[in-house]
Amino acid sequence: MELTLGPIPYFWEKQTVIDFYAQVAESPFDTVVLGETVCSKRRQLNRRDWLEIAQVLRQHGKQVLMATLALIEAESELGALRALCQEASELGILVEANDYAAVHLLSSAGLPFAGGASLNLYNANSLKVLRDMGLVRWQPPLEASRDQIASILEGQPEGLCTDLMVWGFMTLAYSARCYTARVHGVAKDECGFVCLQHPQGLKAASQDGTELFTLNGIQTQSGRPLDLRGIWQEARAIGVSSLRLTADGPAALDRVRELKRAIDGDIPLGPNTRLNTCNGYWHRIAGMASA
Amino acid sequence: MELVCPAGSLPAFEQAVNHGADAVYIGFRDSTNARAFAGLNFDDERAAKALALARARGVKLFVALNTYAESGNTARWYDAVDRVAALGADALIAADLGVLDYASRHYPDLALHLSVQGSATNYEALDFYVRRFGIRRAVLPRVLSLKQVRQVAASGRVDVEVFGFGSLCIMAEGRCYLSSYMTGESPNQQGVCSPARFVEWRQSGAQMESRLNGVVIDRFGPDEKAGYPTLCKGRFECQGQTSHVLEEPTSLNTMAILPDLLAAGVKAIKLEGRQRSPAYVGQVVSVWRQAIDRLKKDPAGFRPDPHWMAVLQGFSEGSQTTLGPYDRPWQ
Repeated sequence: MELTLGPIPYFWEKQTVIDFYAQVAESPFDTVVLGETVCSKRRQLNRRDWLEIAQVLRQHGKQVLMATLALIEAESELGALRALCQEASELGILVEANDYAAVHLLSSAGLPFAGGASLNLYNANSLKVLRDMGLVRWQPPLEASRDQIASILEGQPEGLCTDLMVWGFMTLAYSARCYTARVHGVAKDECGFVCLQHPQGLKAASQDGTELFTLNGIQTQSGRPLDLRGIWQEARAIGVSSLRLTADGPAALDRVRELKRAIDGDIPLGPNTRLNTCNGYWHRIAGMASA
Repeated sequence: MELVCPAGSLPAFEQAVNHGADAVYIGFRDSTNARAFAGLNFDDERAAKALALARARGVKLFVALNTYAESGNTARWYDAVDRVAALGADALIAADLGVLDYASRHYPDLALHLSVQGSATNYEALDFYVRRFGIRRAVLPRVLSLKQVRQVAASGRVDVEVFGFGSLCIMAEGRCYLSSYMTGESPNQQGVCSPARFVEWRQSGAQMESRLNGVVIDRFGPDEKAGYPTLCKGRFECQGQTSHVLEEPTSLNTMAILPDLLAAGVKAIKLEGRQRSPAYVGQVVSVWRQAIDRLKKDPAGFRPDPHWMAVLQGFSEGSQTTLGPYDRPWQ
């Protein structure tokens, strides 16, 4: 079972990012997905910086992927996407497409590619359409249940990597509008990068105090982190080959070490009741619920 | 510029046809379409009656199969594609790759429109659907600015349809799981958002509280009109403030920029509201018919009639309308 670290969803200072990946290099992760997936204005690191981090991680034996933006609207964003696909392919780095623009560019160039959760692959026929175009690894939609994922994976050919998110705050929605800027009462174009002040996003709760959302720029994330690590053996049994964690800070490295110990011993991982997590989607109930 | 109108029932369909629709879109009575509300939509018999009405008046009929096909149950969606083809509809509106693939292989002559649920926000993404499935039209998500709509339309990849009026999704359609996060049911899978069976109203002191699956979405004072708990339009707490953190209750109305949309080369204007009453459909279609006719006669001199705007305002959430993403006051 492979362990994958998803892209950092938040806007962190450059040095924080570099320090974080220095720790990741020494962590049990097998695969690390890099890059900015949320907002094209977030440029603490440029493409070269990312590729340098990629080289360091590769020297530590990690497989590295570069992820694309999920919501691509402007011509400048398409330009950056083309450059990313080009440079990654020159370095033999697999690109994780989070939008069909990326699928189109990569498949047209005859390149293999990975598919993020926002590609909405809800059934085996959809998966086959992309497999025929070069998809080699993919993520099921976040809202897919255990039974749905099992049904999609029935009869899939060998060699396709299914990467299931098991830890972290889930991206529930994308908007053109920046909610972090909205909360700060500033326009998106004059945001002053206020999201740097919120390295774990901004928490929003219901009026009676239930944590509902984590606002992260144009993303609305879950208010509670997903924790599916406890079902890792079940996931393996239905054909999942990679478990993905998304970090909101270095604590995610503790979460992966716990999971790694369970995998190495082939033992179940008990729930961590100190963490206020959710896992409803897996059980086909409300995503925020915990079964 | 074609006027594409919603119908969730045969009476609504008649209203749309009688008041000047160029095309009417409908869905079947199950989870294959993104307005799968109880008591709405069409079985085969009603769909055939709708088609006869449409043909008699020279109006086109589109069928939306715009949810994502559930694994293990995909036959329901493929069967629905067969029914659309058997009906002889003018277009199939879909988002799921599997459904588009099935339709393009089995019915190469059936016109495919990419649903707004496909979340295609740029011309490279459109190119994917054009090359792979030969789509003939794409409905653009309600997240693009007017400038971005212009760029997509000018790329000439495929005909573009945009929303003109109705409920405003503020998230990129097809990529919003807020409803299933809270209730387990989503637009992508069950064709519903903030479904009514999870809604609860509670009087608490002087306040009326709206809840969705037990979660407080909003609290209204005695002087406030209590709106439906669409969860992205609730009032939540963030940084010590209680406010509409995501969006105020408001509807989209692009009437004011209709000349710009025409000049941009937008081929069709879509009205939202298959869940709305026949009266809504009749009045809203009538207003937009008049507007588009006047626009075509005199694009340079076009001004929205205050009477039209009043009618649309009356049908809007919170009695408010916005140009929303098209002019982006928040940008």
